[in-house]
Amino acid sequence: MTFHISRRTLLAGSTATAATLALPRGARAEGPLKVAYVYVGPIGDHGYSYSHDQGRKAVEVKFADRVKVTYVENVAEGPDSERVIRQLATAGNDLVFATSFGFMNPTIRVAKQFPKVKFEHATGYQKASNVAIYNARFYEGRAVIGTIAGLMSKTGVAGYVASFPIPEVVMGINAFTLAARKVRPDMKVKVIWLNTWYDPGKEADAAKALMDGGADVLVQHVDSPATMQVAESRGAYAFGQASDMARFAPKAHLTALVNDWAPYYLERVKQALDGSWQSGDVWWGLKEGMVKLAPYNPALPENVRAAADKVKADITSGALHPFTGPIKDQKGSLRLADGQRIGDADLLKMDWFVEGVQS
Amino acid sequence: MIDTFVLVIATVVAAATPLLLAATGELVVERAGVLNLGVEGMMLIGAVTGFAVTIASGHASLGIPAAALAGAATALVFAVLTLTLMANQVATGLALTIFGIGLSALMGASYVGTPVAPLPKLHLPGLSDLAVVGPLLFGHDALVYLSVALTIAVAWFLKHSHAGLVLRAVGESAESAHSIGHPVIAVRYLACLFGGAMAGLGGAFLSLSYTPMWMEGMTAGRGWIALALVVFGAWRPWRVLAGAYLFGGVTILELHVQGANGIGLPPQVFSMAPYLATVAVLTVISAGKWRGRLNAPASLGKPFRPSV
Amino acid sequence: MLLRIEPRPEVSRPFTCATPAIAMLLTVASGWLLFLALGLAPGETLYQFLVSPLLTLNGLAELGVKAAPLVLIGVGLAIGFRANVWNIGAEGQLTIGAIAAGWVALAFWGQEGLWILPAMCVAGMLGGLAYAAIPAFLKTRFDVNEILTSLMLTYVANLVLSVLVFGPWKDPDGFNFPQTKLFSESAILPILVEGTRLHLGALVALGVAVAAWLLLSRTVVGFQIEVVGQAPAAARFAGFSGKRTVWLTMLLGGALAGLAGTFEAAGPIGQLIPKLTPGYGFTAIIVAFLGRLHPLGIVVAALVMALSYIGGENAQVTASLPQAATGVFQGMLLFYLLASDFLVRYRVRLLAAERKLVTAS
Repeated sequence: MTFHISRRTLLAGSTATAATLALPRGARAEGPLKVAYVYVGPIGDHGYSYSHDQGRKAVEVKFADRVKVTYVENVAEGPDSERVIRQLATAGNDLVFATSFGFMNPTIRVAKQFPKVKFEHATGYQKASNVAIYNARFYEGRAVIGTIAGLMSKTGVAGYVASFPIPEVVMGINAFTLAARKVRPDMKVKVIWLNTWYDPGKEADAAKALMDGGADVLVQHVDSPATMQVAESRGAYAFGQASDMARFAPKAHLTALVNDWAPYYLERVKQALDGSWQSGDVWWGLKEGMVKLAPYNPALPENVRAAADKVKADITSGALHPFTGPIKDQKGSLRLADGQRIGDADLLKMDWFVEGVQS
Repeated sequence: MIDTFVLVIATVVAAATPLLLAATGELVVERAGVLNLGVEGMMLIGAVTGFAVTIASGHASLGIPAAALAGAATALVFAVLTLTLMANQVATGLALTIFGIGLSALMGASYVGTPVAPLPKLHLPGLSDLAVVGPLLFGHDALVYLSVALTIAVAWFLKHSHAGLVLRAVGESAESAHSIGHPVIAVRYLACLFGGAMAGLGGAFLSLSYTPMWMEGMTAGRGWIALALVVFGAWRPWRVLAGAYLFGGVTILELHVQGANGIGLPPQVFSMAPYLATVAVLTVISAGKWRGRLNAPASLGKPFRPSV
Repeated sequence: MLLRIEPRPEVSRPFTCATPAIAMLLTVASGWLLFLALGLAPGETLYQFLVSPLLTLNGLAELGVKAAPLVLIGVGLAIGFRANVWNIGAEGQLTIGAIAAGWVALAFWGQEGLWILPAMCVAGMLGGLAYAAIPAFLKTRFDVNEILTSLMLTYVANLVLSVLVFGPWKDPDGFNFPQTKLFSESAILPILVEGTRLHLGALVALGVAVAAWLLLSRTVVGFQIEVVGQAPAAARFAGFSGKRTVWLTMLLGGALAGLAGTFEAAGPIGQLIPKLTPGYGFTAIIVAFLGRLHPLGIVVAALVMALSYIGGENAQVTASLPQAATGVFQGMLLFYLLASDFLVRYRVRLLAAERKLVTAS
C-alpha cells in the first residue's frame, strides 16, 4: 500500500506534494478508523506520556477491531515532531492526537496540508477547523490535595518539586497553596524548579532539599515517583503525579492527582467513527473525570477525608471555584476582590504567584 | 541545624556516588589510552540489569554483581569493535550510548512502575548511633562505601602496583609498551571491561539506591558528567573523587538556595551553577601551580595494532 | 592455522566501496533477527526503516532537512578533530547561534527586507563563534581542557535559551508559554522544493562541505591543521602555531554550528523554542567520524544518519516498532559501519604455511 503511493509520487515528479497525496484517500468507508498518538516522552516515563498511553489502551480495548491504533513515543518538540505528524497523516491515519504543548505549531502546519485528517492537540491554544484542543483542569485536583496538605502538615511548610514555570505549573502551585491556606492560614509552599520534566535523581535531590528546609508534605509537578520515595524513606507525606503511585510509597502516599485521558479519547474516537466529530475546545476537570484522585491512604484521618471530599464535591458541583477572591499575590497586594473568580483565559496564561508561595 | 547538615551531606553523597563510580571506571579506561564515550549507555544497561536481577532473585547482593557484569559485557562490544576491529573510538562510544539507551529501554519495558526495596543502609551498633559522625560515616549503603573503596584501590593500583605501571605505560605510549613486551591489547581489553563494570555499578546505584526504580533513560545525562569529571580530575583518582563531590555538592547547594528563596533570579540561572562551577574550578587549577601535570594520557584515543 | 592481521600498504579502493555494502548486509541480517525476536514482520519493518523514506519526494526532502545541520556541524568539528582539538560542545554553540539569529529576527519583526536573513546568518555565526571562543580562550590561555569546558557550556547554553523564551522573549500573545513569536516571512528561509520543508540551508550546507574539502586539500591552512594534529612536534618545528590552530578550528566549528542553529530556527522551526535540537551537536560527532573526517564523506554519513532517524520514525508509524528498538537498530548499524573500516585499512592473512616454515628451520 505504502509502496504503491510512494511509486506514484516518484512518477508524478517534483510537483507532487504531501497534500495531494492525502487527497485520493477520501472519506473512510471501509476498514478500521486509524488513530495515532504522538508522545513527547517515552511511555516508560511513568508520568505524562504514560498517562496518555493508558488512554490509548482504553481506546484499543473499547473499540477493538473497529480501530487501528499506533503511537510514536519520544518525539522531540521542534522539526522532528512536524515530520512525525505529517508521516502519520500520510500513512492514512484519520485521527491524530498530539499530546504535548510543543507540538502546537507543527500540528497546525500539518493540519493545513491534510484538511480531511482530524487532529487533536493537548494543552495548547490554537484551533482550526480540523484541529481540536483539549486539556485537563489539573488545578481542581490540586485544590483537593492542597486541602489535605494543609490539614496534615505539622510544620506548616509544603515542598513543591516543579519543572518549568509555565502557566500550567504556576496555576497548579497557586491552586494548591490557596486551598492549603484556607484550612491553615500560615501555610507556606516552597518551590524548587528543576528545569526538566524528567530526571529522577534530581527530583529526589530537590525533595530532600525541601525536607531539609522544613517541608513535611511534598507535592510534585515532574514525572517520576522519586519524590514519593524520598517522602517514604524520610517520613513525610506526598502526593502522586499523573497516576496512582501508592506502591512506591505505601506510607507517604496520601493520594495522587490522576490524569485520566480515557473518557475524552473514547468520546472523540466514537465521534470520529460515527461522523459527528467536530473541532472543539475542551477543558475538563473533576466533573468529567479527566482529573481524578487516587484512593486515599488508609491512614488518612476521617476529618481530613471529609474535608477533601467536600472540596472535591463542591468543585464538581460548581459550588466552589478554587480561584475565588480575595486572592493576594506574593507581595501581599490584592489581585482579586472578594467573591470574584479568575476566568479561564486568565488562568491559562497565569504567570504570578499567590501569597504563601516561596519561589 | 547539625541534623540538617548531616542530611544535606547524605544527599551530596548520594548525588556524587554514581558519578564517582562511573568516572573512576572511565579513568582507568582512559589511562590505558582508550576513550570510551559510551558511559551513559553502559550505566543504563547496568541500571536495568541490576534492577531486573534484584527483582527476579529478591537479592540486591545478586543484582549488583549482575549490573557490573552487564556493564562489562556492554563494554566488551566496544572493546571488540575498537581494539580488535580498529573502529574509531569516539564514534563507537557514542554509538554505544545510542545502543545502550535503546537496549535498556527494551529490557526494562516490563519493569516500569515496579518498586523495589532500596539498598539497606549500613548499621553498626554503637558507631552508627554516634551523633553527627555516626550517620556521616557509618550510615550509607554498600555501594557508597564500595565507590570510595574502589577509588582508593584504583589510586593504589595505578601508583604502586606493577600491573598499574604497565597500564599507564600502555596509555602513554602503546608502541613503546609493546616493544618491551607488554600485551597492549590485552591490557586495554581489561581496562575497558573494568570501566564497563564500574559504569554498570553506577547505574545500579541509581536504580537500587538513589531512586529505587527503573525508568527509561533514568541516568539523565550522568554518564556525560562522569566523562567530564575524568577530565576535570586530570586523570587522577583523588581529583576525580573531589570533582564528583564538588559537582554533587554544587548541585545540591543550588537546590537549597532555590528552596531558601529570595534572590529573585530566574530558576534557570541556579541550574547553571554546577556547570559553571566546574569550569571555573578547573580553570583555576589549570592556571595555578599544578599546571603542566594535567595532560591526558599521550596515547588517548589513538588506535594501536601490534606489528607482529 | 593462524590468522594474521596486517595493515595494508595503502587504503584498499575496492574495499572502500564494498565495506558499506557489507555493513548494510550485516545490519539487515541483525535487524531481521531483532525484529523477529520482537514479534514483528522483519521484512516489512526493514523496508519501512531503510527503504521507504527514500521513495517519496517528501521523504528525500526530509532527509535533506535532517542532514543539513549534521553536515554543517560535522564539517566544522571534523576540521577540529583533524587538528586534535576536541570541541564536543557544538550543541551549545548551535543554541547560542540560534539565539543570536533569533534576536535579529525578533528585533526586526514584521519588517521586510532581503537583508534580514543574511543578517541573521551573520549573527548566528558570530554567536556560535563567540561561544566557541570561551573554550578556545581557556585552552590557549590557561590550558584548560576543551572537552570539559565545551561540554559544560552546552548545558549553560540551553539554560540561557530557557531564560529567554520563558522570560523577556516570550510571545506576548502566546498565553505565557515558553516560545517566541513566529518569525515573520522575511526571516524564514526560502523553500527549495515546493510542498516540502527542504530549505535553502541544505544547499548552503552542501556548499560548505565542498568549500571545506577545498580548504583542507588545497590550502596551506589545511596542511597546517593536518600537521598540527598528526605531528605536533613537527608542526612546532615548521613554525605552525598550535594555539593559532586551536583558535582557528574552534571558531570555525563554532561558527558553523551557529549557522546550523540559525537554519533550524529560521527553517523548519520558525521561532525559538526551549528545545531547538534533538542533539544534533552530539550526533554530528558520530557523523564526522563516520565520514572519516572528510567533508564529502561527512555529507554521505549525515544522510545515512538522517535515514536511520527518519526510518526509525517510519517504522514506528507504520510497523509499530517500539522506539527503544530503533535505538538498538541504529546502534548496530553504526557498529557495523564503523567496524567495516577495518577491511579498508587491514587485511587478514592465513598464517598456516609460514608457521610451518618457521618450525622446519
